[in-house]
Amino acid sequence: MAMPSENAAVSTSKMQITDELMITMENVNKWFGNFHVLRDINLQVNKGERIVICGPSGSGKSTLIRCLNRLEEHQAGTITVQGITLNNDLKNIDEIRREVGMVFQHFNLFPHLTILENCTLAPIWVRNMPKADAEEIAMKYLERVKIPEQAHKYPGQLSGGQQQRVAIARSLCMEPKLMLFDEPTSALDPEMIKEVLDTMVGLAEDGMSMICVTHEMGFARKVANRVIFMDEGQVIEEKDPEEFFNNPENERTKLFLSQILDH
Amino acid sequence: MTQTQKFVRTQDAPLLSPPATERGITGWLWHNIFSSMADFNSVSAAVRSLVMVVFSVGLVYLFVGQIYGLLDFAIFSAVFSDPEGQKRVACWTTAQGGALVEGWHAACWPFVWAKQKFIMFGAYPSESLWRVYLVLFAGAIGLGWVMLERMPYRKHVGISMLTIYPLAVFILLTGGNSEASYGNIGLWLFVGLAFITIGRLGRSGYLGDVTRDLASIFGLLGWTIVIFNAVRGIAAYDFNLQPVDTGDWGGLLITLVVAVTGIAASLPMGIVLALGRRSQMPIVRVLCTIFIEFWRGVPLITVLFMASVMLPLFLPAGVNFDNLLRALIGIMLFSAAYMAEVVRGGLQAIDKGQYEGAQAMGLSYWQTMRLVVLPQALTHVIPGIVNTFIGLFKDTTLVSIVGIFDLLGAGQSAVADAAWSTPVQAITIYLYIGCVFFIFCFGMSRYSIYMENKLSKSRSH
Repeated sequence: MAMPSENAAVSTSKMQITDELMITMENVNKWFGNFHVLRDINLQVNKGERIVICGPSGSGKSTLIRCLNRLEEHQAGTITVQGITLNNDLKNIDEIRREVGMVFQHFNLFPHLTILENCTLAPIWVRNMPKADAEEIAMKYLERVKIPEQAHKYPGQLSGGQQQRVAIARSLCMEPKLMLFDEPTSALDPEMIKEVLDTMVGLAEDGMSMICVTHEMGFARKVANRVIFMDEGQVIEEKDPEEFFNNPENERTKLFLSQILDH
Repeated sequence: MTQTQKFVRTQDAPLLSPPATERGITGWLWHNIFSSMADFNSVSAAVRSLVMVVFSVGLVYLFVGQIYGLLDFAIFSAVFSDPEGQKRVACWTTAQGGALVEGWHAACWPFVWAKQKFIMFGAYPSESLWRVYLVLFAGAIGLGWVMLERMPYRKHVGISMLTIYPLAVFILLTGGNSEASYGNIGLWLFVGLAFITIGRLGRSGYLGDVTRDLASIFGLLGWTIVIFNAVRGIAAYDFNLQPVDTGDWGGLLITLVVAVTGIAASLPMGIVLALGRRSQMPIVRVLCTIFIEFWRGVPLITVLFMASVMLPLFLPAGVNFDNLLRALIGIMLFSAAYMAEVVRGGLQAIDKGQYEGAQAMGLSYWQTMRLVVLPQALTHVIPGIVNTFIGLFKDTTLVSIVGIFDLLGAGQSAVADAAWSTPVQAITIYLYIGCVFFIFCFGMSRYSIYMENKLSKSRSH
């Protein structure tokens, strides 16, 4: 587990949390068959917030953020993203997906397209952007994740860390208001985790609202303004990181923290 | 306590070039031929090596013998010309009344030259043959253009080959001027345009939620009707060409028409059916499954018999479909069902993450399929697709049982010509037809391997 001890390195100038509500989840419940995977979730996220969700595997953290862009459907309760209520209306779903970027554990890059084509696909087809403009934006974000020289390669020719950075750039090309990260470093070799986390820290410093499911506690301390601990489909504890790590109150949180921080 | 072993490298191990068995021609020969028969280090290894030697030499001997026999029959001993116009006598031995030595047994090519036009084009009228040549010539150029990567405007040529070319082929081969009333066509065009309009309005949400969900179906239906009737309209125009009944078509022409139509129609239909079978919508899924299972469950011969013999009994009197068209539709539906299952195999190989990645960025269902899923799925199943194409190409010979003279059928009826009656007549023609089939099927096979290599190179892992 990466555990940087120096927390002060993050520049906080742009990391302003506003009063503007970005996401509200009210009494959200979800089942997979008979299995109650999300139990009475209530969550509010303001613009500019950086939230880390952690918890043991199978606790519903991924399912929770996948509900926010309708990769999973919730069965009870209401989810509102950017003032749009998520229901079966395809128009609402499309609108939300345009505003919310997502980065996956296994990158999910398209192996038959070059890095540049991966990045321009959605801007061209979803935002109807001219190809030249889309490529300009793609290059801008590829530079930002520090791999512009790989633009004409295919995903299979890149390392895991580079692929994940491309996936981040690909999401940014849609210029989202909110980024969801679903265990972005879990599938990476240890020496590649840092480059991805650095990219995410950079994003946070620029004021991007983000919700990360991750076990990188160093990242949580450094960047998050709120940490949420989940177990068995419920939110168990929700605090600012300092408080969360130094003073966990629920027994399950204490157990979890002792398990992941011992090494 | 023993001490832990300790080692610290101070000098890099030298970088050496590989041994001779890994390099150049020697390496190739070693790896591909001799490595399996050169191990004499133990008794069992020596026995194995010797068995391999005997086996290899035996195989090579048999193979060379067969090849020589075939070449001798087809070329070395064959009769190539009939300068005196003796017909069958040119290929007779002395005992049969000819001039060839006793025991002669080889190909009689003058027979094939004499029947060439019939085997290629059947009874297509000679004065209109230029139309067939034009179709074949344009087809070969267009296909070559699309297949060669260096050519400019490949996309445009490809689109023309799928739109203008088939229409031109239809008009050139049949002569156009088909029976259809323009009033009827106009009515259908109007219906189609109405469907498209409903689809458009539905998509923008003016007509309620149900119509919005069905908008793409309305649109698809509308466009199908409009395009079909536009084609009918053009085909009904009088281009002042002599009409040629499809009953006069034959030989390779029929084989190509049936195979190319089947191939061109089966891939898109198969893709739609495969997507339908994996659809979330129960009605679509059930309909597609029933369609696929029905057509896969009946033999092609039954389909052809149904199309040519039974179907007219069910149609009202006076309504008459062209025999070839009926067989074509049967083959299209049949091969589409097979293709659907091949494509479905490819779709199942695509990771769920690909769908999610595309959806999370806001791509719609059809965009996800067209831009992300299908390009990968179809690449995976190129061998299966080409397998189906080749199978279909050879299955076209079955149309001869419903009275359509394809390449094989034309060859068989050529054999019946007593003017060329010799013991080698049938063998010669079958050898010839076999070669023609082999050229097409082997060509498809090689092109598919080239495509596989090309695609896997650009996506190397």
